[in-house]
Amino acid sequence: MTPFKDRIPLPPADAKKTNMACHFCIVGCGYHVYKWPANQEGGRAADQNALGLDFTRQRPAMELTMTPAMVNRIKDHDGSEHTIMILPDKNCTVNQGLSSTRGGQMASVMYSEDTPIGERRLKYPLLYSGDDWAETHWEQAMALYAGLTQRILDNDGADQLFFNLFDHGGAGGGFENTWATGKLIFTGLQTQMVRIHNRPAYNSECHASRDMGISELNNSYEDAEVCDVIFSIGGNSYETQSNWFLAHWEPNLRGANVDKKQAWFPDETVGKGKVILVDPRRTSTVAICETVAGKENVLHLALQPGTDTALFNGLLTYVVDQGWHDPTFIDAHTSGFDEMLSANRMELEECSRITGLDRADIVKAAEWAYKPKDSGHPPRTMHAYEKGVIWGNDNYRIQSAIVNLVVATHNVGRRGTGVVRMGGHQEGYTRPPYPGGRPAPYIDQELIKGNGMMLTVWACNAFQTTLNAETYRQVIKRRANIVNQALAEARGATVEELVDIVYDAVKNKGGLFIVDIDLYRTKFAEYSHLVLPATHPGEMNLTSMNGERRLRLSERFMDPPGISRPDWLIAANMANALKARYASTGNTAMAERFDGFNWTTDEDPFNDGFRMAHEKEIDSQGGPTGHLATYERLRQAGNNGVQLPIKAYQDGELIGTEMLYTDNTFDTDDGKAHFQPSPWNGFPEVVERQKARFDFWINNGRTNQIWQSAYHDQHLAFRKGRYPMAPIEIHPADAEALGIANGDIVEVYNDHGATTAMAYLEADLRRGEVFMMFGYPNGVQGDVVSEWTDRNHIPYYKGTWANLRRIGANPAYLREVSFKRRRYS
Amino acid sequence: MTRLSRRNFLKLTGSSAAVGTLSLSPIARAQQGQSAAASGSTTLPYPREAIATLGEVAVNQPLYFNYPDSRSPCVMIRKGREVKGGVGPDRDVVAYSNLCTHMGCPVNYDQEAETFKCPCHYSIFDPDNAGQMVIGHATESLPRVILEYDETEDALLAVSVDGLIYGRQANII
Repeated sequence: MTPFKDRIPLPPADAKKTNMACHFCIVGCGYHVYKWPANQEGGRAADQNALGLDFTRQRPAMELTMTPAMVNRIKDHDGSEHTIMILPDKNCTVNQGLSSTRGGQMASVMYSEDTPIGERRLKYPLLYSGDDWAETHWEQAMALYAGLTQRILDNDGADQLFFNLFDHGGAGGGFENTWATGKLIFTGLQTQMVRIHNRPAYNSECHASRDMGISELNNSYEDAEVCDVIFSIGGNSYETQSNWFLAHWEPNLRGANVDKKQAWFPDETVGKGKVILVDPRRTSTVAICETVAGKENVLHLALQPGTDTALFNGLLTYVVDQGWHDPTFIDAHTSGFDEMLSANRMELEECSRITGLDRADIVKAAEWAYKPKDSGHPPRTMHAYEKGVIWGNDNYRIQSAIVNLVVATHNVGRRGTGVVRMGGHQEGYTRPPYPGGRPAPYIDQELIKGNGMMLTVWACNAFQTTLNAETYRQVIKRRANIVNQALAEARGATVEELVDIVYDAVKNKGGLFIVDIDLYRTKFAEYSHLVLPATHPGEMNLTSMNGERRLRLSERFMDPPGISRPDWLIAANMANALKARYASTGNTAMAERFDGFNWTTDEDPFNDGFRMAHEKEIDSQGGPTGHLATYERLRQAGNNGVQLPIKAYQDGELIGTEMLYTDNTFDTDDGKAHFQPSPWNGFPEVVERQKARFDFWINNGRTNQIWQSAYHDQHLAFRKGRYPMAPIEIHPADAEALGIANGDIVEVYNDHGATTAMAYLEADLRRGEVFMMFGYPNGVQGDVVSEWTDRNHIPYYKGTWANLRRIGANPAYLREVSFKRRRYS
Repeated sequence: MTRLSRRNFLKLTGSSAAVGTLSLSPIARAQQGQSAAASGSTTLPYPREAIATLGEVAVNQPLYFNYPDSRSPCVMIRKGREVKGGVGPDRDVVAYSNLCTHMGCPVNYDQEAETFKCPCHYSIFDPDNAGQMVIGHATESLPRVILEYDETEDALLAVSVDGLIYGRQANII
């Protein structure tokens, strides 16, 4: 951080420059990191700074973004101090020089001793003594971890070893770290008792699409530029995939891409893009789309919550009855159409009754998205869905209904189409096959039932980001406390004695030993017994892919705080410690399960996992051609990287894949896309009960300024100052009826729990529907979410009804927080 | 852009250093900044400039001016009610850089929503709350022009800027 708010140090012309894909959302914008000695600065003349810009005069609008949040001062382990500046890359095809409010603050979240972030980063392993934390070193931490793990594994089996585990790219992820953790957990420990960071089991959020033969990231961001219609379902892309929206949707909706469309599709009728947005709430994205495209080109289908399946079945029925589907494609490249149509058939009147939408609007959506154009060609409609579907009323069923309609109209595998999830974080999955079945065990419920002896929480925080969270927290804390009591009586114990003591507590007394691996001492870490400090991009080399499968290498440019280590190295330390313990007792069979962790560089786990999927049984987003990518080749490819799967390495360039399924061969045994019956089936019983009993639908999701669990943001004034407590948007008339005003603390309560939120009046909300920010440290929406999941244990976070009551006002909120409208129009 | 008479302006800006600032060319002003820094100052040498009389600022109507130099458009708003950082008898006058801190597009004042809106990437800022970003893609609040109110002349003066103006290494070029 610079102490001055009205000036900024410039990188000198010879500042070191490296590549960085943004740590945060799935879009993965390209950035450049400049690093230079802190006692130097570039000059204002163009040839005196690394940006090559003349700062002796005012720079014009849209030329750059360069703010104090993009600068920081860091210190490497050798004591040398440096200034860093992290700016968006103009030549990156993803963001084209744009920064989001999240990525734009990357420099601010890097470790710097004198900042709140620096103060709160974990620097050393911590061991809980039963009543206080003590800093320790890796050897003791690993000895305890491996000792207890071995004891449980040998005596009670792998099913007593539980994990809450990241499975993604970006910060807290990356191919290196997913591989290392996967190899430790699935190959070494061979436990199936694993859940993913935001859901209570080890599963996919897109099982349905994959079962139908269609991977969920199947087009390029450029397809949003050239499609006729963007069909957005349960997404809010301006806030959550911001530069996908700004760099790719917005020009199409503005009419700036007509010439490009004509060039790509010379025989077709082309024009300004239209957009259909399915969302009960008028989001900021709806408002901006109306501003950009004109209301006549925006169709907001504000359906009743949870009725998406009915909408898509109604659309499918109408489209087929009009003959706007593609029988030739269906006959040649799909199976199960007739059976699916028979099961899903829903007439318009019924569709309108269930969804609450006007019949005319449903017809209009069908005409925009599927009726042949004047040229006779079918429209190119890109379907993109996110948490309204992912966390919706029966994930598997809604997704099936959407993909059925998409496949029937052949809106996949053609440029300007695609059926994609918008995505949350970046991706970076490469792991040995999951050893459990499907559905995978519901880990939260297993813990609540008292199962599991040891829980490793890796780069996630279910205290804020799970369903039925209040009950979950209560059980975890109670079981952790049983171990605390045992530890409190273990003064002076050696590591082996500690293993005995803890094992007794978890085996015989119902305790749970918790290990938390993170950047910060999170809410979950506070109730852990062993906390291990990890690193994030910039402090290690890390590869990830974005929502169009674009693989990039984010280069290390600084040392991590204290003695924190990359996740891959922590996993390797654990594996090697276990291997040594087994080897020392002569158990070679078990020792061999932990072979292959002798890594020394970040590239070692990348080479062992991502690049070996052609030789070993590995579930990898890189596929069998991942071996073509090396760190050096990715370094050369810069922030544009390569879109997976890689086709070839030719003339010094990695050649990637812009769109999947262009040959109409899908990811099924027979290569055909498989339709799936997905008839409308109403609401789960527990949700029906909530609906009947409580007054408000508690819609929930993200805001643009807060990333995930706010693990960084809660320490940054610009972020936390905006939302000191999770905001809840409420219609002014509803607020008035309850005596609620802007900034009031509101209790949200139902039969599953209670939480608090900060009232934010918004006239665009419908009566009886509120919207609360998800996953926040102060006001956990998951506390009021039921334990219901779909067939694969995917939660229905959106399926929550509760009552509201005013608790009171916090004058500081009114003083510090803006309650102005968040809608552009 | 100053609407005050020359006589009143000179009277208001008072000190010879501040008056001198007005007459300096940008280069001379930069040189003056260097000399200020050399003298041990850690603040930039912002000019002290009279912008308008209170009577000239209509409630909820943007009044545009340039500060701290002619290439930095700013906007003054009189809210008609006390707001954070407001000056004047009713503590209701605030002023901001008119350039979005994200990529420098001029923001528009929406009189109904009482917010500044950027037409390029749709960021929104709140003049009632120190320029806080309501939504959008900036990483900074809208830079706040620090004002003073001269009661005897009923005049509003700009004296410095809190926050980095878009497109600059430092607010004083």
